[in-house]
Parts: sequence; structure tokens; C-alpha cells
Amino acid sequence: MSRYLYYPGCSLKGTGKQYEESLIAVLESLDAQLDELEDWNCCGATAYMSIDEDEAIALASRNLALAECDHRDLVTPCNACYLVLNKAQRQLAADAKTRRRVSRALHDTGLEYKGTVNVRHALDVLVNDIGLETIAKKVTKPLKGLKVAPYYGCQIVRPYATFDSQLNPVTMDNILRTAGAEVVDYPFKTRCCGGSQTGTIPEVGLHLVYMLLKEAQARGAAAVATICPLCQFNLEIYQDKIASKYELDPLPIVYFTQIVGLALGLPAKGLGLHRSVVPVEPILERRTADVV
Amino acid sequence: MMEPTTRTEADRDSKFARWIGEVPGAETIRQCIHCGVCSGSCPLSVYMDRSPRQLMYLAKDGFKIDVLSSFTIWLCTSCYACTVKCPRGIQVTEVMYALKRRAIEEGAYPKRFPIPVLAREFRKMVRKNGRISESRLVFQLMLRTNALKLLGLTSLGLKLIRTGRFSFGIEKIKRTEDLKTILEALERDREEVAA
Repeated sequence: MSRYLYYPGCSLKGTGKQYEESLIAVLESLDAQLDELEDWNCCGATAYMSIDEDEAIALASRNLALAECDHRDLVTPCNACYLVLNKAQRQLAADAKTRRRVSRALHDTGLEYKGTVNVRHALDVLVNDIGLETIAKKVTKPLKGLKVAPYYGCQIVRPYATFDSQLNPVTMDNILRTAGAEVVDYPFKTRCCGGSQTGTIPEVGLHLVYMLLKEAQARGAAAVATICPLCQFNLEIYQDKIASKYELDPLPIVYFTQIVGLALGLPAKGLGLHRSVVPVEPILERRTADVV
Repeated sequence: MMEPTTRTEADRDSKFARWIGEVPGAETIRQCIHCGVCSGSCPLSVYMDRSPRQLMYLAKDGFKIDVLSSFTIWLCTSCYACTVKCPRGIQVTEVMYALKRRAIEEGAYPKRFPIPVLAREFRKMVRKNGRISESRLVFQLMLRTNALKLLGLTSLGLKLIRTGRFSFGIEKIKRTEDLKTILEALERDREEVAA
């Protein structure tokens, strides 16, 4: 069994609960396990970066220092956490001033960071460590004929292209195909979901989301697969608000781990599919009978 | 009174122009060729009062007031589309971050404009608890910008409660004293640099 150190990030404990549930369930059935990093703190995401970068980087570094004692790869499912932890890592490596400032701050808490943690995204681990072949062997209920738009969001591939292309990533496309789904061509796959602007300036944020949903439907998608809790939230939760302003049919928005989980034959509830706000029946109906 | 739209030498702040050139990621800003790839790749540019290209232009030439009072810096969601495409290697997203921080420092933004308020509330919560309790953050934001909007949020809250995605509690790390220690150390460092 392979075991990873797990950095959930705040959303996976709140609005993105079903992402955590499905990720753990999927990994378990593929003989891998996540051990949660003890006493992790907020990564220092976008909002924090806008007000004080030094603080954001120092707080992110506390997580890296806590993780370093463990020597395993640190896996996060959230795009924003993934970016900020990687950003801190790179700034510490490149800039002596940052390194000195952070190491003094960490020293006072009894921590030290040498710079050796390998930060990974959950998608990267599933596709590149566990591998599509291993997953394919365990697929018992492929989602035949389910047309899915793969939506990556931005910060998993930008600015750092760590394991996939910055403008046309395909890692999730491949894992969705392995789950039996049909992946539609979706040119908006890395276009911004609006971030927190769906809440702060709805007239802008909701319009951005509307375009993403409309395009997915125009391409024939019956569902959108996401890999980031903020993307999933934005695309799913405001649909009725958007529909009151623009013409839009409901579109199920799930995590890629929920689709993979269904294909692996895991029960919908264990994958958190009951937490969906937009009904996911169009997806469940596509589950085929057991493949022997 | 109508405001002049033409900018002249008198509107420039050369200190600001020097400062922007020293922002990490903006080292090549003076080599900007105004090709507009940043604006073209920006999904938010259609909603902005000034396009990213215009903003880079104004910033590098030191038109401080125009830059810091622009909505553009707040509309940037840090999706990095411009940064990976800029042919001159300007890290436009990092420039936007630096401008946000500068605008907050100088109080140069509309007071009840929700985006900087969100940033401040976000930091406050992390400084105190080490983690974000999403539902509480949204509540604080609305309270400080437009309390009436809280009513509109009821249906959203109910959806989250029904699906078990609403957190009633406060998310908190165990060693909250670590946060205080880190912040104090950074503060000392800042004082030393200033001295």
C-alpha cells in the first residue's frame, strides 16, 4: 500500500466535503492511503496574498515545515493550496531574503524548513503514481456514454506547469476516459471560474460562470468534472441564480474523483454524491451493469 | 465637473514608476511592447475600467492615481493566463498583487468595495484561528459591505445546510500560538529592514 501525507485545505472540511470523501474512497479502493498532516493551517490563498505576501508565504511555509519531518510527498486536492504551497516552495528556493525571514519566524515556533517537500496535486498522484492501467483494471461500472466536460480551473497548471500543459491539460481527460466516460472538447477547460467574485461582484462572477456552463452544454456535456473546490462550488451552487437571469438548464457539477469512484463500483453515498445541489441522476443513470 | 482624460507629465509620479520596476516579477515592465496579449487572454478584461495592457502602461510610466484607483486590480482573480503568455516575461499577475497591496496600504479604494474587505476579513480569520471557516467568512463579508445581501444568501445557506456542506463551528488549529509567534517575528523583521 502506498501512503501519502495529506493537506486538505479549508474547503475540503466545509463546502468541498464530498471531494474529500470521494478522494479517500477512491484511493482506498486503489490501495493507497492519505494521512492528514497534523495541525495544518490555511495555505495563505489568493485573498491573503492580496494583502500581505510575506505573511502568506510564511504561513504556507509552516505547513511545509510540518510536512518535512514526515519525508513523504504532500498531496493536496485544492488548486489554490497547490499553487500557494508551490509558490512558497519556489520563493524560498530562489530568494535568500525570503528564506532568512521565514526561517527566523519558523525558528521561534521550534520549526525548521530545509526545502525538501514535494508538493503534489491529487490528480497528479492518481494518474502518474497509481496510473491509468491500474485504475482501468479495477473499473467495474464504466460510465458508458456519459459526456463530460473536463474543467481544470486555472491554478493547477498556471503559472507553474508541474505535470501538465498550461493551456491545454489532458491528465483529467485521460482519467475520465479510463472511467468509461466520453470527454467532450472543452476549450474553456482552464478559464477562470470567477474565484471569490461570484460573492463579491456577482454581476461579473456569475456571468463568467454562465459562459462556462453554457459552453459545456453547447458541446454536448451532460456533466462537468472539476478538480478544485472553488470551481465546483462556483459552477454548481449559483445555477438557479444564473438561470433567473440567463437561459440555462441545470448541469450536474461533480469532482473527478466522484466519477472515477462510480466507475470503480463504489456506492454513490460513500462518494458524497448525495451532497450535490444540482441533481446528479443524469450521471448515475449512465452506470453500466458490472463488467465481468 | 468633467475630468480630463488626457494625462500629462504633471500627472506622473516618478517614485511610483521606480517602485513598480522593482516589484518582483515586474523587472521587465519597461520592455513592455503593448501587444495586448495580457488583455486578450484575460477573461475579466471585458468587465474592467482599464484593460491589463493599459494598466501596465500607466503603471510603468508612474500614473499612480489612475492605477491605484482602477477597478482592474481588484477584478484580477490571479488565473495567471496573462503571465504565462506575456512575450516580455512580465509576471502581470504578480504586478496586480503588488498593486492591490499598495492600494490597501494607501487606502486608495472605494471603502465598501467588497474585494479588499474580503481580503482583510480573510487575513483576520487566519491570523486568529489558522484556518478559514467558509460560512463565517461570507457572513463577515456581507456584514461589512452590504448587510441587506445577507437576506439573499439564505437560499444559498439552506442548500449547503441541506447537503451537509455548511460549517457551523469555527475551524481552528491546535497551536494557535504558532501564528502569533510567526507574525511577531515578521513584524520584527520589517522593523529591522525599515531601520
